Amino acid sequence: MSQNSQAPRGEMVKIMLNGAEVQADPHWSLLEAIQFYGIDIPTLCHDEGLTPYGVCRLCVVEIGSGDKTKLVASCMHPVWEGLEVRTHSNRVIKTRKTILELLIARCPSSKKLQDMAALLELKEVRFEPLNDDCILCGLCVRMCEEQMGAKAIGFAGRGPERYITTPFDMNSEECRKCGACMYICPVVELRCQGPQAETVLCSGCINTEPVCAPDYGEAMCFMVPCLSCVKGPEDVK
Amino acid sequence: MKVISAKELEDLRNEILAGKDQDKPCIAVCGGPGCLANQCLEVRDAFVNEIAAKGLTDKVDVRTTGCHGFCERGPIALIYPQEIFYQRLSIDDIPEIIEQTIVNNKTIDRLLYTDDEAGQLVETEGEVPFYKKQMRLILGNNSKIDPHSIEDYIAIGGYSALVKVLGGMQPMDVVDEIKNSGIRGRGGGGFPTGRKWESTRNAQGDIKYVICNADEGDPGAFMDRSILEGNPHSVLEGMIIGAYAIGSNEGYVYVRNEYPLALKNINLAIKQAREAGLLGDNILGSGFGFDLKVNRGGGAFVCGESTALMASLEGKPGEPRAKYIHTSDKGLWDRPSNLNNVETWANIPLIINNGADWYSAIGTESSKGTKVFSLVGKINNTGLVEVPMGMTLREIIFDIGGGIPDGKAFKAVQTGGPSGGCIPESLIDLPVDYDRLTEVGSMMGSGGMIVMDEDTCMVDVALYFINFLMEESCGKCVPCREGLLRMGEILTNITEGRGRMEDLDLIQDLSEVLKDASLCGLGQTAPNPVMSTLKYFRDEYEAHIKDHKCPAGVCTELITYSIDADNCTGCGLCLKKCPAEAITGETKQPHVLDAGKCIKCGICYDVCKFDAVIKE
Ligand SMILES: Cc1cc2nc3c(=O)[nH]c(=O)nc-3n(C[C@H](O)[C@H](O)[C@H](O)COP(=O)(O)O)c2cc1C
Ligand code: SF4
Ligand code: SF4
Ligand code: SF4
Ligand code: SF4
Ligand code: SF4
Ligand code: SF4
Ligand code: FES
Ligand code: FES
Repeated sequence: MSQNSQAPRGEMVKIMLNGAEVQADPHWSLLEAIQFYGIDIPTLCHDEGLTPYGVCRLCVVEIGSGDKTKLVASCMHPVWEGLEVRTHSNRVIKTRKTILELLIARCPSSKKLQDMAALLELKEVRFEPLNDDCILCGLCVRMCEEQMGAKAIGFAGRGPERYITTPFDMNSEECRKCGACMYICPVVELRCQGPQAETVLCSGCINTEPVCAPDYGEAMCFMVPCLSCVKGPEDVK
Repeated sequence: MKVISAKELEDLRNEILAGKDQDKPCIAVCGGPGCLANQCLEVRDAFVNEIAAKGLTDKVDVRTTGCHGFCERGPIALIYPQEIFYQRLSIDDIPEIIEQTIVNNKTIDRLLYTDDEAGQLVETEGEVPFYKKQMRLILGNNSKIDPHSIEDYIAIGGYSALVKVLGGMQPMDVVDEIKNSGIRGRGGGGFPTGRKWESTRNAQGDIKYVICNADEGDPGAFMDRSILEGNPHSVLEGMIIGAYAIGSNEGYVYVRNEYPLALKNINLAIKQAREAGLLGDNILGSGFGFDLKVNRGGGAFVCGESTALMASLEGKPGEPRAKYIHTSDKGLWDRPSNLNNVETWANIPLIINNGADWYSAIGTESSKGTKVFSLVGKINNTGLVEVPMGMTLREIIFDIGGGIPDGKAFKAVQTGGPSGGCIPESLIDLPVDYDRLTEVGSMMGSGGMIVMDEDTCMVDVALYFINFLMEESCGKCVPCREGLLRMGEILTNITEGRGRMEDLDLIQDLSEVLKDASLCGLGQTAPNPVMSTLKYFRDEYEAHIKDHKCPAGVCTELITYSIDADNCTGCGLCLKKCPAEAITGETKQPHVLDAGKCIKCGICYDVCKFDAVIKE
């Protein structure tokens, strides 16, 4: 969605993406720019057709330079002239892994999360599994409201007590039983029942030999979805 | 009483002052939150009735005011014009005060404050050690005015800053004055106020808003409440000036729902200001118009966060959103909006009246002016204190706060609200300003100060704040919702003896993710209580984990009680009091405590007069 509407259409801005200067449309979100250049970063609460929500925080990237860098959710962040972005710095990778660890501990049965864990080489989940079946990404809520015009579901509760429900927790008249919410739910598909189905993490099917430079904080790498390079001692925990 | 020009306001002020007899006795009874809990309204009524009974109604005024600061000593009354400070009043004292002090001009020693150090009674407020070191630019007026009277505010110079601004300052001059003063926001982040005003002023849009954040959700904090209750016009005056500088004609005051008196007083102040022509169209004939609405808070701590507050004002759930586009560009209803804290607004008239140079001479290099703190916890003088930035923690806690009760040792002070850090004894000489507090792993926040003594377990403290933040988290983003839940689990395990040394690394990882990747300030600052206690009190964490001991004797799962047969006289008191029937023994014989039955309530430990019950 366009975030930065002040700039006139058609004029591109330059951004530094993993050390390479590239052009970006100022109406793009940072995630759109990153994806345009073929770099794969994980997202969970984002969908092209829906308003960005910025809550899973898996799409974090590091922006800025020197010691003034910070992590931002790229799906919500605008692009502007001179923006410096690193999509796979050590700090980014470590943060994504811990977030995914928290998500898998909440919802270990999801295929999508397990696949992501394999890609990110998550080796360990240090929390007790909760076996919940919703990660509160809000995609279903936005889908129902924005695409189906139904507003049949929403959030209730706060903090760890937050959950998805119908108004007043009652069977909703508004629901058209269209199934769009289930279609978009990222965790509705169950993980395969492989040899270690009862463990929190499977991650058995990934080749993890390092093949490239130890990390590519400033260099450009298009080996997606490889990521076997991000295996510095502090990355794998 | 509509004033349509600066001159008319001046005339009005002179008229009010001429009508006031400066020597007429006035009894200013504190009606602040602390004193209210101590029946100050009954004391106030007793004054009124006694004065009437003595036929003195025309000769003596009684004023109900906002908090005087020294809440520990409430109910408090100041007797003007001498400024005699009477404390811990009860209704039985009132006839004597009228008889002795008002009629016969004699002070009553019993009701004065005793300066223990100097070993003498002190008569006036200014001599009380609690007040001596303070600089009460904001709070000092509370005792001088009735918050329900715009005349009182005008009499002490109120709205003269507004006159100055509308009478010849260009909006940019006002912004520059605020920028040059160096004032930073008092609500949490410490963002330079002048720069915020400038951004909002420069933002594109015809309609802009100024908003006052009076949501004050920190447990134990009541500085904003006391300003709004005690001197609402000072906040209004600041907001009108800010609106003029920014180019806004509409504003909001967002008041915490649990503050009915603050709501009442600000609503009344707005009504009075409207009637006086200080709000509405064409204020003081300047052509500038501005008006305000009051909204009740959404009832959650996170509603005080700027984007959540604006969502709540729009009638949506009070949840934060990403702030990559600043609220000064797109805030309330996507229009440029300038949000400041109550105390920030209350500082504005002072800066305009006295000038940026005067203001910036107070405080430190990076932090200007005074700051109000609510001093609570294990401290003798609980209350609200206002000190120049840069005063050391030692001065605040010991000179003003009077130190720790019961001769206990100071252990740490937590500053900045629930997501502030705990600062240890070794840093007691730290000057309090925004940057120094951040450097040591805490923050200014809105000015909470919770003092802890030697009996405090720092792991337990960290757990308490994490649980508070977890419950107050909106639950929208993963790092905060899931991270705080896990942090709480880990800390609970440690306090219950199930901790592992690896947990300390896990806490570190979680803290980094919370700080780096949370959506709003709540999650971003939430690790402070844990990280600071882990940094300064790591040995306590290790004692819980490795030795299964709580050094402060707080974590019940880790303490055991037993009876030392050598000291026990067999008096039987503990046996009688124990709710679990865990103690047995014959009279005059050493008693025995059955650890299996003991529920660790600590009653036996408290009641034994012979130190025979051992807690370890
Ligand atoms: C969780 C959270 C709660 C907050 N609560 C308050 C509050 O109760 N009052 C307040 O003035 N600021 C609060 N803030 C800070 C506001 O977001 C905002 O920074 C402030 O009101 C701006 O005013 P200032 O620049 O005058 O400080 C809170 C911030 C966070 C992250
Ligand atoms: S099935 Fe019902 S709840 Fe789901 S998207 Fe359709 S209308 Fe909404
Ligand atoms: S039900 Fe599915 S889509 Fe909806 S919030 Fe939960 S995980 Fe997301
Ligand atoms: S290792 Fe086995 S269980 Fe795990 S994802 Fe691969 S196939 Fe499924
Ligand atoms: S950091 Fe916490 S309070 Fe803030 S948006 Fe995320 S979940 Fe809500
Ligand atoms: S109260 Fe103390 S002295 Fe008395 S019986 Fe109990 S342990 Fe012994
Ligand atoms: S701690 Fe409480 S339950 Fe245990 S022995 Fe003492 S009084 Fe009884
Ligand atoms: S995809 Fe950006 S926060 Fe979820
Ligand atoms: S409430 Fe009376 S002194 Fe604070």
